[in-house]
Formats: sequence, C-alpha cells, structure tokens
Amino acid sequence: MRARDYFVGAAFALLAGGMAQSALAQDIKIGEINSYSLLPAFTEPYRKGWQLAVEEVNAAGGINGKKLVVVSKDDGGKPADAQTAANELVSSEGVAMLAGTFLSNIGLAVSDFANQKKVFFLAAEPLTDAITWSKGNKYTFRLRPSNYMQAAMLVEAAAKLPAKRWATIAPNYEYGQSAVAVFKKLMSEKRPDIQWVDEQWPPQGKIDAGPVVQAVAAANPEAILNVTFGADLVKLVREGNTRGLFKGREVVSFLTGEPEYLDPLKDETPEGWIVTGYPWYSIKTPEHDAFLKAYQAKYNDYPRLGSIVGYQTIKSAAAILAKAGSSDPEKLIAAAEGLSVPSPFGEITFRKIDHQSTLGAYVGKTALKDGKGVMVDSSYKKGSDYLPGDAEVEKMRPKD
Amino acid sequence: MAFYVVQFLTGLASAASLFLVASGLSIIFGVTRIVNFAHGAFYMIGAYIAFTLTERLSGAFGFWGSIVLAALAVALIGVLVEMVLLRRIYHAPELFQLLATFGLTLMVEDLVVLIWGPDDLVGRRAPGFKGAVDFFGQNIPSYDLFLIALGPVVLGILWLLFQRTRWGVLVRAATQDRDMVAALGVNQKWLFTSVFAVGVFLAALGGALQIPRDAVHHAMDLRIIVEVFVVVVIGGLGSIVGAFVAAVLVSELNAFGILIFPKISIILVFLVMAVVLIVRPWGLFGKPEAAARKTPGLTVNPWRPLTSNERLASLAALVVAAMLPLFAGNYALTVGSEIAIFVIFAVSLHFLMSVGGLASFGHAAYFGLGAYGVAFLAKMAGLPMIVCLLLGPLLGCMGAAVFGFFAVQLSGVYFAMLTLAFAQIVWSIAFQWVSVTGGDNGILGIWPEKWAASPSHFYWLALGVAALVTIALRAMVFSPFGYALRATRDSLLRSEAIGINAKRIQWTAFVIAGTTAGIGGALFAYLKGSVFPDNLGISLSVDALVMVLLGGVETVSGAVVGAIVYKALNIWLVSQTDLSKLVLGGFIMLIVVVFPKGIVGVLEMLAQRRRKASPPGSPLIAKPIESAE
Repeated sequence: MRARDYFVGAAFALLAGGMAQSALAQDIKIGEINSYSLLPAFTEPYRKGWQLAVEEVNAAGGINGKKLVVVSKDDGGKPADAQTAANELVSSEGVAMLAGTFLSNIGLAVSDFANQKKVFFLAAEPLTDAITWSKGNKYTFRLRPSNYMQAAMLVEAAAKLPAKRWATIAPNYEYGQSAVAVFKKLMSEKRPDIQWVDEQWPPQGKIDAGPVVQAVAAANPEAILNVTFGADLVKLVREGNTRGLFKGREVVSFLTGEPEYLDPLKDETPEGWIVTGYPWYSIKTPEHDAFLKAYQAKYNDYPRLGSIVGYQTIKSAAAILAKAGSSDPEKLIAAAEGLSVPSPFGEITFRKIDHQSTLGAYVGKTALKDGKGVMVDSSYKKGSDYLPGDAEVEKMRPKD
Repeated sequence: MAFYVVQFLTGLASAASLFLVASGLSIIFGVTRIVNFAHGAFYMIGAYIAFTLTERLSGAFGFWGSIVLAALAVALIGVLVEMVLLRRIYHAPELFQLLATFGLTLMVEDLVVLIWGPDDLVGRRAPGFKGAVDFFGQNIPSYDLFLIALGPVVLGILWLLFQRTRWGVLVRAATQDRDMVAALGVNQKWLFTSVFAVGVFLAALGGALQIPRDAVHHAMDLRIIVEVFVVVVIGGLGSIVGAFVAAVLVSELNAFGILIFPKISIILVFLVMAVVLIVRPWGLFGKPEAAARKTPGLTVNPWRPLTSNERLASLAALVVAAMLPLFAGNYALTVGSEIAIFVIFAVSLHFLMSVGGLASFGHAAYFGLGAYGVAFLAKMAGLPMIVCLLLGPLLGCMGAAVFGFFAVQLSGVYFAMLTLAFAQIVWSIAFQWVSVTGGDNGILGIWPEKWAASPSHFYWLALGVAALVTIALRAMVFSPFGYALRATRDSLLRSEAIGINAKRIQWTAFVIAGTTAGIGGALFAYLKGSVFPDNLGISLSVDALVMVLLGGVETVSGAVVGAIVYKALNIWLVSQTDLSKLVLGGFIMLIVVVFPKGIVGVLEMLAQRRRKASPPGSPLIAKPIESAE
C-alpha cells in the first residue's frame, strides 16, 4: 500500500494550498459559497474581489476590532452540494453569516436553508427575482440588480427604438425564461404596438448556433433580444456575424457588456448592441478610481464585474456585522434593513421592504476599439429607479 | 424555399462535427468494448491544443497544420493512456474501464483550467473560410460548407481503411468476435492501442475543428460526450455508417424541430434514441450482439450469505455507526445521513447491475422521482412526513414499472442507453414543467417534522432505513427470486430453458431497484429540504455507477463500501480544495489500477488466497466453479 500512502500525502500537499487559513476563536467568520470549479471565468475575479475586501477591512481595524475571516467553499454548481457546504460552514465553522452563490437555483437552495436554520444570508450574484420576491424570506438579502431591474434598464433604452417586430434568443432555463418574460411584459406596457415574431430557446451551454441564427433570421425581426452569455454568446455572435443576422437589426442584450463575456469576443464583437455591463475603463468616479487602483495594484490585472460583486459582497457584509455588533441573526437583519454602504458604484442601500440592494448597472452600447470589444456611451443606472412600487412588491413577497 | 435548403445545410454542418467525434467513439467501443467516458475530454484537449498552436503559427499552413498537429498530439496522449492505464484493466469486470475514463475526465476538467486559465478562449477563423456564400439571399458560412464536405470524406477514408487494409479487417473481425481474433494469434495489445489512437485522433480533430466557430472552455467535454454516445447508439454500436446517418438524423431533426418547438433541443436526441431503441433494439445499423462468452464462475467468487461471524461483524459496524451522534457534531451527522442515503441508492443500483446484470445509466431518475413524489405530497397535499416518506417512493416505483417494461427488452449497452434516455426525458419534464415542478428553481421548503428535525434523529432515521433496505435486498439475492435473477444474468438461454420467465423476472428486479432508489430520494428531499431537477440528472446516475464499480461490481456488499468511500471522499474533497475533481479523479484512477476488481472484490480475493494458503480451508469456497458455454 505504499503507493496509496504516497498518494494521500500528495493529496494533503495539494490541499494545503486551497485551505482557508485557520482562525482564532475571537475572529469573525463569514461563510462564503460559490461555483468555483464550474464557473472559473466568473469566480476567479470574484474571489480576487472579496480577498481585496477582506484585506481592506482588516487593514482598517477589522470589525469592531476583531479580525474578519472568510471561509470559502465550492459548490460545484449543484444545489445539494451547496447545502452541504452551508451546513458545514454553519455547524462546524461557526460562521456569523453566509454569503455568495452564483446560480439562481443554488441561491434559492441556500436561501431556503438560511430560512430553515435561521442564518443570515447575503446572496451575491443570483439574478432570479424569486429570491427577494415570490420565494423571499427574512434571512435573505441580495446584492446584485435582479433580472427585473436589468430588464427595466434595458427596456428604457429599447422602447425608444423604432423597431416593432422583435425576436428573442434566451437559454432554456429559469434565468433566460424570466429575463424574457419580464422584458416582454415591461416592453409591451410601454410599447403596445410591438409584435413578438419569434423566440428561440437553446439549452444553456449547448446552443447549436447555426440553426438558431437561421430560424431567427427567417422570422425577419427588426430587433432581437439576447439573453445568452458565455460560450453560447460566442457561438451565437460568430454565426450571426457570418450569416449577417445582426446587419440592419437592433440588438438588446443582457450582461453582454460585462468584461467576462465581452472580452472573449475580441475582434468579433458586434457593434451597437444595447447592453448592461461594466465598463471599468470609462468609469470616472472617486469611489471607483480608489477601487480600481487598489485592485490593479494587488493583482496587476483589470477587474471584471465578478470582482465588483465579490468585493462589494464582503464590504457590505462587513458593514452589516459592524453595525449589528453581534452575530445574532435577528440583530444582523435589523442592522442590514435600510443600511446604506459605500460601493465602487456609489452608495447603495439594502431595502427594508424586500432585502434587495439598490446596486445598479451600467447600460451602454458595444463598440470595437483596437480589435477589442468595449462599452461606449455608458451611463450608470441606479437600482432604486428600476424597482416596482412598494404595493406591488408587498403583493409578491410572502409575509414573514 | 431557399431558407429550408440553407437550414438543411446548416444541419449537415452540425452533423459533420458530431460525426467526427462519434465515429471515434464507435470504433473504440466496437473493438475494445470500453465505454470511453473520456472521449469528450480528448475532444476538449484537442480544441485547447489547437487553440494554442493556431495562436502561435500563422498563415494558412500554420492554421491547418496546427489542427492536424493538435489531433496527432492528443492521439499520442491517448496511446499513453491506453498503455499505462487501460491495458491493465481489460480483464476487469465489464464497465470497470468506464470508471477509469471517468476519473480521467474529472482530472482533465481541472487540468485545462490550471494550464489555460479560467477564461473562455476564442480562436482564429479558418484562413480561406472566413466569410459566407450567398444562396438566394441567404448566407451560408463557407466553413459550414467545408465541414459538410469533410464529413463524407472522413466517412470515405474510414470505410477504405476498414475494407481495404489488413488492419481494417482485423478491426472488423475484433468488433464481431474479439475472442476469436485473439485465438487466431493476432496481437491484441497493439490492435487495441492503434484503435484507441485512431478513435482519440478523430475526437481531437473534431475538437480542433470547432475553433473557428466555438469558444474553447473547460466544460466542452460534458457538452458533447452524452450527445455523442446517443448518436453512436442510435446508429448502432461499431457501425461507422450508422454513426454518420444518426448524426445527420439528429442534427436535421434539431434544425427543423426548433422552427416549430423552440424548446425541443434540450431533449430531442434522447427522444429520438428512445424511439429508435424501442423499434430497433440494436440501433439503425447495428447487429444483435453476439452472445458474450461470459464465464462468471471463473472470475467471481461464488456468492454466499454472510457467515454468522460476518453477520456479527456487520451488526457491530451498524451499532458503531448508530453511536456516531454520541461523539460527532451536527455537520458530521448530516454528512452521515447523506452517506446513508447514498448507500440506499447504490445498493438499489447494485441489485439491478450486479445481481440482474442490467447496468442502468439512468438510475437517478427513480431516485429523483422519489424525491419529487415527496415534494408533491408535502407541498401540494400537505401530508405529514411519515406518510410522504411511505408514499413518495411510489412515484419512483411507477416510473420504474413503465420505463423498466421497455428497457428490459434490451440488454447490455443498449439497455443502459435506453435507461439514460428515459432518465433524460424525466429530467426534462421536471426542468420544463415550471408550473408544477418549479423548473430548475426546484421545490423548496420540504423540511422534516420536529421528531426528525434534529441532525441526530434524522441520522438514525436514514441509517435505520439504509440498514433495512440493505438487509432486504441481500435477503432477496439469496431467495429463489434472487437465484432466478442471477440465472437470467449468467445465461439467458439456459434460464429460459428451465422455465424462468426472464423478462418478467428482470422487470420485477427493475421495479424493486427503482422503488428502492425512490426511498433514498424521498429521504434526500427531507435531508436537503428541497428538490431540483439535478436529483434526476446524469451526474447523479454516474455517481451511482461509480459507487457500485468502486466497491466491486461482482461482489454482494461492494455497493455499500463503494458508496461510503466515494461519497465521504467527495464531500471531504469538495470542502477542502477547489481542485476536488483533480484529486478525486486521480484517486479513482489509482483505485482502478490497485483494485482492479473494486475495493471489496480485491479484499475478497486476498481473503480467499489466505484461505487457500492455509491447508484446512474449506475446499467448497476456494474452488472456482467451472462454467463454459
């Protein structure tokens, strides 16, 4: 069995790199969960972002004098594994709160776990509206602008387009479905004259782009809504460019302006798409400058949107912990409700009514510059301006 | 009209890339009988290496040279894998090689991220094939036309290779009857290695050729592997022409299907496969598998019930397990519950696979149906927990009754693939029927009632059920029903000759296994408090297979050990490192080499040797049963 012993030794050596630093009893711990192995393109910059935040918080004296420690776990993209990780963080690591997650179903699974075990949970990335509304609970807060908010931002720009015949392309899962549904609803409210002429639902990660592009072109729309991202977006753009799908057509696209998804397109970036995203190169505010400088100094790399999400998640969590002055979940909720914290995008507030933060997004147009895709004419849209009225929110959200 | 022609051509282009990869898989399976799970991984490495090369070498020659070079390089890796890893385990039980290739796939997924970084990579377009050709106002990318031409060319070359060369004759002979080829003095080692190299070359070529139209990323392998398997099975295993026709069929149905049902892509290939296999059990161009010359008696220790000492030992182990809450914390107990549930799941598959000889690739369907059964009863009917736990698995039972009826008409890999198709159909219903199942956002809030809510109580519940299920299935193995089932496994002809209604016995076993899996799923729903389509997914089915194989497919208690080892290791690694796939994959490959009969299989072998060595050992147990067909 010597080979086996050797192997176990090697495994331990490998693990040492990935293990969280051991913490002292008086440290304050945040349990963080994300799909590190499944979605490294997003989660690597995200991890860098929160590591920077931890460093800054501790350099500024920690949380009421105590050191902040983040214990991070991988969920492998599976809700069941995320719950196992959440359980370990709460039961074994004794964390004060949970944070993180990317995929909507994992966010919901952890949110349900938090509700059951009475643990505070700050969802970072999941976009589903359900997490704060139809399946919202008092223990769960969410940082990123939801599907609804991003749709509302895009609709504002899209409604001004003359186009009347619209087609949609979206990945066939909850995110794509609800993005299209909200966009259609808001758009039709503003523009009753619009016709929806085609919809395509390729499976997430498995788009057969040629036939999809042909099918959309055959419906002859004047404008297209795209919700695909990542590798699917690359295939769609390449096929669409070659087949001339985007020529003379307006395209409105979720998330495409985020460096994670825009940068891989390189010189094939289609021009003039109306997108939400993060043009880090053209944001000129003191808050963002400070963040950008610190990030580039530490990593010698530019930030992605994931970096902002990771950074702001831990910054917000630290502010909540500091204000509550305790790790009692009820006190954390009380501290978080209505709390305003600074962010690289300006001050944001965690709303009392639905626990959604007012973090916004940048809306702009794609363009080609030096063989690379960039966002131009971008402007920041505050999250608070794109949420439905309180009465409507109360109707959707179950009573605690 | 022009539109339909273009759509047809687009479908053909998709078919060409699918065919390249599928043909390689088909050849490998035909000769070596390896279910090469790593085929997608080779496809992905091909794309990554081609990306690196095309970025470095410029010009038309540089580009096309890079594509071929990448494919050759990966073929070399394939040769290495075959010689170092697979050669050692050709004589292991059937499907065991799947475990090795599965481990390899896990490792590759982490390795490519380590080597090439986490970002999606977009390669160059092919020189000379950058634009599109105008066809009555419709654009056809010229690269698509290139692929459309390439498909039949590759088919032609392969055909010539198989029909006109000595090597091809040997490959065909081995596909039909490899024992006979070996008996005639052909050097099987090199035949297998060369076949593996050709197959891997084709996969890598398929991957490299995706560079101008796809993004290169670390999940490419999973995206293609299942689809390729399906294509190979629809076409008929080992048939290159079949793979080609199937690739065209699937791609065209998809190209035109999305015009009418835009959501069809998610399930189309599985629907086609289910229909084809029900109508033509060996695929479109496949031939009935020649009855394998199995001599189970030579490889397996004869099964026997536990001796009274072993019973006492098992009981003691159970008592120790039951005492866990006295010294372990809540997290360990929850992990313990999860492991107990997976023991149930693994023994249920083991019953079908080891006892019945029917390896299911879609066993998670019944696990998940049990979980959804509980979710429906608890959330919609508001029934109490104990009632839900008793009735929930019935959904798994019903699913198994319906699907099992069709599945047991087939055998071998065709059986496995039909179960996979059914599982994917169930999965897509759970995924798509948002109003009832909640889609991929699942059903939340199914938490246990007070009496079982504390981790220790739930642990005892899960452990108790797991023990009962294991004992019940074990008892069944040594009951007359179990003997009849094993008879159908070892020799269908003989068992039918002595009056056993084989199909009915197998169907019953399928239903029993499905119901048992449903019991595991029901508990799982309460453990996690939620149900997601994931619970029915392919990766869970693969997990179950890995557990059974790891423990030892030819043993009675392998599944229990395999489930404990695999699940505990998996949870621990995921918690400790972001490179869990790399370490787990490496561990699995090591086990495959060190324990070629599975953990329990090798332990039994060692115990048997010891017994043999000591003179007064019972001759009855030590003597292998002779069996020849």
